Amino acid sequence: MSDEIRLIEVKEEIFADNRKVADDLRERLQKKKTFLLNLMASPGAGKTSLIVKTIAGLSSDIRLGVIEADIDSMVDAETVLQAGVPVVQLRTGGFCHVDASMVNKGLEGLAVEELDLVILENVGNLVCPAEFDTGAHKNVMILSVPEGDDKPLKYPLMFSICDVLIVNKLDYMGFSDFNLGKMSERVFRLNPDIQIIPVSCKTGDGIENWLDWLRLASGQ
Amino acid sequence: MSVVKCSMHELSVIENILKVVLAHAVKHRVKRVLAIHLEVGELSDLEDQWMQHYFDYLSKGSRAEKARLVIERVAARFRCAQCGETFPFVLDQDRGTCCPICGASDGRLIAGQGYFIKNLEAL
Repeated sequence: MSDEIRLIEVKEEIFADNRKVADDLRERLQKKKTFLLNLMASPGAGKTSLIVKTIAGLSSDIRLGVIEADIDSMVDAETVLQAGVPVVQLRTGGFCHVDASMVNKGLEGLAVEELDLVILENVGNLVCPAEFDTGAHKNVMILSVPEGDDKPLKYPLMFSICDVLIVNKLDYMGFSDFNLGKMSERVFRLNPDIQIIPVSCKTGDGIENWLDWLRLASGQ
Repeated sequence: MSVVKCSMHELSVIENILKVVLAHAVKHRVKRVLAIHLEVGELSDLEDQWMQHYFDYLSKGSRAEKARLVIERVAARFRCAQCGETFPFVLDQDRGTCCPICGASDGRLIAGQGYFIKNLEAL
């Protein structure tokens, strides 16, 4: 009788644990009035450049901190540190994404009570970070012009979970066949609520629109 | 050619699957887990073959060693925010995500992401 094959019902979502940690983290930060932003993009799309621009634009009236997640380097953290805000480096050691417990660990290195806004620079890729709730209040992604307007077709999940899409490197538009209208159409089909903000971190074009959104979203 | 885009991603997913499976195996006092029935969203980038490889590696020495992953892909579906109709979303088609009933184009993704363990076959 004991050798009979049994069917055991499980009915469990795999990331339920992470979601719970993420929900707790979100709530804890909310109580402290600290806004956590999860910034995602491909390598080289301009995550660190956008953070540096954000620091320059906001740090006189908003207390800002940064968590840098990299597989194995400190380059971005050093760049951000030079911009004059507290920064914690998470080395993910081969991990291609950041989950909520890693963010918890990162926050231990920042005096959260004294910060209004924490930006998490996620690991550079458009696949894995989309599947892990980090506990952030808002998800923002960057797509840069040289990457092409077809990316929403290739990485639909990433585009569907973000609140804001920054289209960076507008200054490349003249050298490229990137079609902003076509890209927007593709993105809105996946996610009608997303806000699209075109910018150039190099020329500063559009950055004010991004800062306006961030001030509003973070309640500052 | 099979390319692993980022190996550690698979590892995280499979570790979580194994954790849930072993918890249920202990609870139901099973000797061996033979198969695990999973639902995986179509929007997941993990391939069946690689999920099984990682599972075999991680489950060695446990009650779930040599268990077979039976993976069912769940199609991506949208629900129309206007009329409530649900309809499939075809990924590689650059058109046609408008609601087939009312024509509105503000559908929300309601299925096709995530990983769900349905049940286990066990001894």
